[in-house]
Amino acid sequence: MTNEAIPNLTAFDEAALDHAFAALERQARAAAAALSGPEAVEAFRLEWLGRKQGRLNDVSSRWLKAAPPEAKKSLGQRFNALKAVVEGLLDAALGAGPSDAALAAEAIDITLPGTRRLTGAEHPITRTLNEIVAVFTALGYSIGVGPEVETDFYNFECMNFPPGHPARDTQDTLVVAGQARRAQRDRLLLRTHTSPVQMRTMEQQPPPVRIVIPGKVHRNDAQDATHSPIFHQVEGLCVDTNITFSDLKGTLDHAMKALFGSSVKTRFFPSFFPFTEPSADVQISCIFCGGKGCRKCKHSGWIELLGCGMVDPAVFAFAAEKQPAYDPKKISGFAFGMGVERIAMMKYGISEIGQFYAGDMRFLGQFV
Amino acid sequence: MKILTKWLRAYLPELSVDDLRLAEDLTLRGIAVEGIFDLGPGNGSLYEMDITTNRVDAMNHYGIAREVAAIYGVALQPFDLALPAHKPAAAVFPVRIEAEDACGRFTARVLRGITITDSRDWFTQAEVDTYFKLLEQKKISSAVDATNFVWLAMGQPTHAFDLDKIEGGIVVRRARKGEKLKTLDGIERTLDPEDLVVADHAKPLALAGVMGGWDSMITPATKSVLVEAAWFEPMAVRRTARRHGLHTDASHRFERGADFNAAPVASALVSRILLAAGGSIEGDLVDVRVPALEARTAARKPIALALSEVQRILGATTDADGITDATVEGVLAALGCMLAPAATNAWSVTLPSWRLDIEREIDLIEEVARVYGYNRFANTLPAFGGGVTALPFAQSESALRETLRSAGFHEAIASTFCSASDAALTAPQPGLVVPLGNPLSEEAGVLRPSLIPGMLTMVAGNLHRDVSDVRLFELGTVFSGTAEKVDERPALAFAAAGLLAEQSPLHPSRSIDFHDLKGVVEQLLTRFQTRTLYFDRFAPEAGLTPAWLHPFRSARIVADGTTVGWFGQLHPREAAARKLKDTILLCELYLDRLYRLPLRKPAAREISRFQPVRRDFSLVLDQSVPWEQIDAALAALSLPEIVDWRVREVFRDAKLGARDYSLLLGVTFQAGDRTLRDEELQSYQAQVIDAVGKAGARLRS
Repeated sequence: MTNEAIPNLTAFDEAALDHAFAALERQARAAAAALSGPEAVEAFRLEWLGRKQGRLNDVSSRWLKAAPPEAKKSLGQRFNALKAVVEGLLDAALGAGPSDAALAAEAIDITLPGTRRLTGAEHPITRTLNEIVAVFTALGYSIGVGPEVETDFYNFECMNFPPGHPARDTQDTLVVAGQARRAQRDRLLLRTHTSPVQMRTMEQQPPPVRIVIPGKVHRNDAQDATHSPIFHQVEGLCVDTNITFSDLKGTLDHAMKALFGSSVKTRFFPSFFPFTEPSADVQISCIFCGGKGCRKCKHSGWIELLGCGMVDPAVFAFAAEKQPAYDPKKISGFAFGMGVERIAMMKYGISEIGQFYAGDMRFLGQFV
Repeated sequence: MKILTKWLRAYLPELSVDDLRLAEDLTLRGIAVEGIFDLGPGNGSLYEMDITTNRVDAMNHYGIAREVAAIYGVALQPFDLALPAHKPAAAVFPVRIEAEDACGRFTARVLRGITITDSRDWFTQAEVDTYFKLLEQKKISSAVDATNFVWLAMGQPTHAFDLDKIEGGIVVRRARKGEKLKTLDGIERTLDPEDLVVADHAKPLALAGVMGGWDSMITPATKSVLVEAAWFEPMAVRRTARRHGLHTDASHRFERGADFNAAPVASALVSRILLAAGGSIEGDLVDVRVPALEARTAARKPIALALSEVQRILGATTDADGITDATVEGVLAALGCMLAPAATNAWSVTLPSWRLDIEREIDLIEEVARVYGYNRFANTLPAFGGGVTALPFAQSESALRETLRSAGFHEAIASTFCSASDAALTAPQPGLVVPLGNPLSEEAGVLRPSLIPGMLTMVAGNLHRDVSDVRLFELGTVFSGTAEKVDERPALAFAAAGLLAEQSPLHPSRSIDFHDLKGVVEQLLTRFQTRTLYFDRFAPEAGLTPAWLHPFRSARIVADGTTVGWFGQLHPREAAARKLKDTILLCELYLDRLYRLPLRKPAAREISRFQPVRRDFSLVLDQSVPWEQIDAALAALSLPEIVDWRVREVFRDAKLGARDYSLLLGVTFQAGDRTLRDEELQSYQAQVIDAVGKAGARLRS
């Protein structure tokens, strides 16, 4: 700092005081403007406000003492004003922090990539399954689950696939070893669909029932781009008095709109499943072309998505063995089921079903 | 199945809609046309059709024509069955049904003076040439072509025997033990006493409803023919076919239920074709029927149907009129049912012989809905007043998933199966591994007893593809049990390999290690409420550590006294066997046990306003003293003012000697109600030094 020492004051009239204080204020402002860095600010504080060597202390001890009594008041006022200015400058300097020049020295390359922690991804099957289940829980469905190893009774017989029935041929089954000597209905197998949980649920509770059943199922199928011996289904069951085919249509139409967007249309075709009657296949208008026809929908404008139907009275008869309230003359119900892989493949543009089960980090990482 | 519209239209002279529209209308009624191929001018289209297994009656041209007639209300042309008058026979050809449970009807017609030749056109419009050419069906000989034509036309299997090879007459019976039959495929078969056969008085001639016999087949030398058209019981045919590993057109039809009344029609059609090249009929048609089976098929009792029941099941329609009595009557009559009024808006419905799939009122309701059109029903939502119950472990499961995802692990789903050797390596109870009876492959021979085999396969898959940083987890079911009972338990596995996730060009990274994985284990377990939680390991000779784990770099996890899982480094032996050079860290948790612990419920406590004081203690310990002892000693102090202690650093220094290591212990002192005074701090520090000293540590000078 190059401020000169405080001069001795020789005149104490107003004009002389004005002149002397104005000079000091100029010096203070000039010094403050040049401050850079916290050390300089501290030096400025000591220079001007230091208790022993501070310049204001100097002014006070020399000018005030030397002033004639009639000028003391006027000088005191000017002194206080100057002190306020200096304190203000100091506050401003402290608040402003380091100068831009000082900060420039700390520059870094902000274009280098950020340090990222990995976020794990939800499996696309889990994700799709949860989306489907959420649509139905919002409609009042509870979630039901059941074992992956089932008896022949629950997987087939009570679902109205009698022993030896040709409909069993449509579901090639993986069986547990060593079953040949057991009664047919007790034989253990890998469930081929989530439908056994329908019966397990009805055996546990009288109507009304509304459940949605997500789960893993297995079939003795060769693996190709769209088929896998392991896959997932979401099944639904609604039983009450006065449940109708039009309720089934309305429920699934709502669900498909909730899953694929409100502009999606549904249409129903007669089909055959042993455990429902009437049975239907449901198509939705192609979500890729909006129904105009494209490669994805084989130019039909429609995509087949799920199977459904009214619960067959024969199924209720099995349930009524444990819960007599399942009297098909008094209650009715519908059931539906859909393949999760197929929906996930469609939603996320996946072309190989095998990718779901390979645990490839590069594939899974896309679903974060 | 291939269907010609040209052939269909021959049965439907009034049909005016074009082939595209026809395909659409059939499909919407469950007779699915999957593909339409234009066959050129005058030839109509070829439909590629997918008929559901219950509609075996519609797996032929006439059956589909019948559906078309019902849809559009047009007339269905009957078959022309006119035959030349038969010559009298010396005696009625003997036919006997011995297996009355399995054969419901057997018709036999004797043709004499037959010439077996290239089939020729016996109908006025050259159907066989035209239809077979359009269907790319090869012509073989008049006898084979005749049965094929009738099969394609009406779906009734028929068979032609060389009559001169038949001794005595026909008996439909069960095979005798040890009987042999060479079938048309040239295979000599030993028959099972359960097999149903068409035999003569000396020997079996054919597997009934499945395949004809070699010795009685038609040859160019054949002069006399016996035409068989019969009805066999589905299960009998199915069992016979299965036993011999055969699936033929005939068995397919009979297994699913043939038309009891079709036999005479089919017999006439086959005979007409064979007689086109000359010959004559000897005697009247022999038609033997079993009344009990006729009563179950063609002469079934009528079914009661009420309009109210139709409406109760089907609900609202988009038309204001909805389903009326006229709708029901119109649809069912067109399908061949006969409706007799039983009460107001109720009927007694006699069923057509070709629709064995219709047995109950609900089946009729389905027919009404189907022909009326599914898409003419309204979309309604049922009212619901019940509550929704959540799965008991849903929250625990999502807490685990959430924690692992936030720790950077991707969720994976692996195969449910593994090899027997992987099962032996990883099963908690090796005696209870469950093998499959018909596995997909040897590598998938058993139900997985652990998630580790699948996890290792997936990790290896990544490493072998040069994806070196792996973080995967799987939540799935593991299996144990016997042929009588299989237990399923939920399990969680996760694996890590490669570098720590936080990678930056500015800071060096390092390989993930045991303690990184242990941190994830701890993160997971702190989601649950535990009274005690510790990790331990066993000497290898104890045989308790799972064989897939490195015996000195693994730990058991014990929560509230129960083993909830294991984790650590993959055993180097297993890594080498799988050609894995990288260090792989694995954990498996037994969720059935973990789920017995409630999820931790967060509770806030007062945060002290007073200054905490941190003191570090540099300790020297013998190698045999693990951190756990120091930790336990500090916990035993039970001083509320010691609010935190942790290892800040562990280091080994040559100056300390080989047996010792050094540990920097950080302890934080704080009181909830006051600022700690110097004397208090001195006292606490002395207690800490004393406690760790007794645990085997000394202060580094």
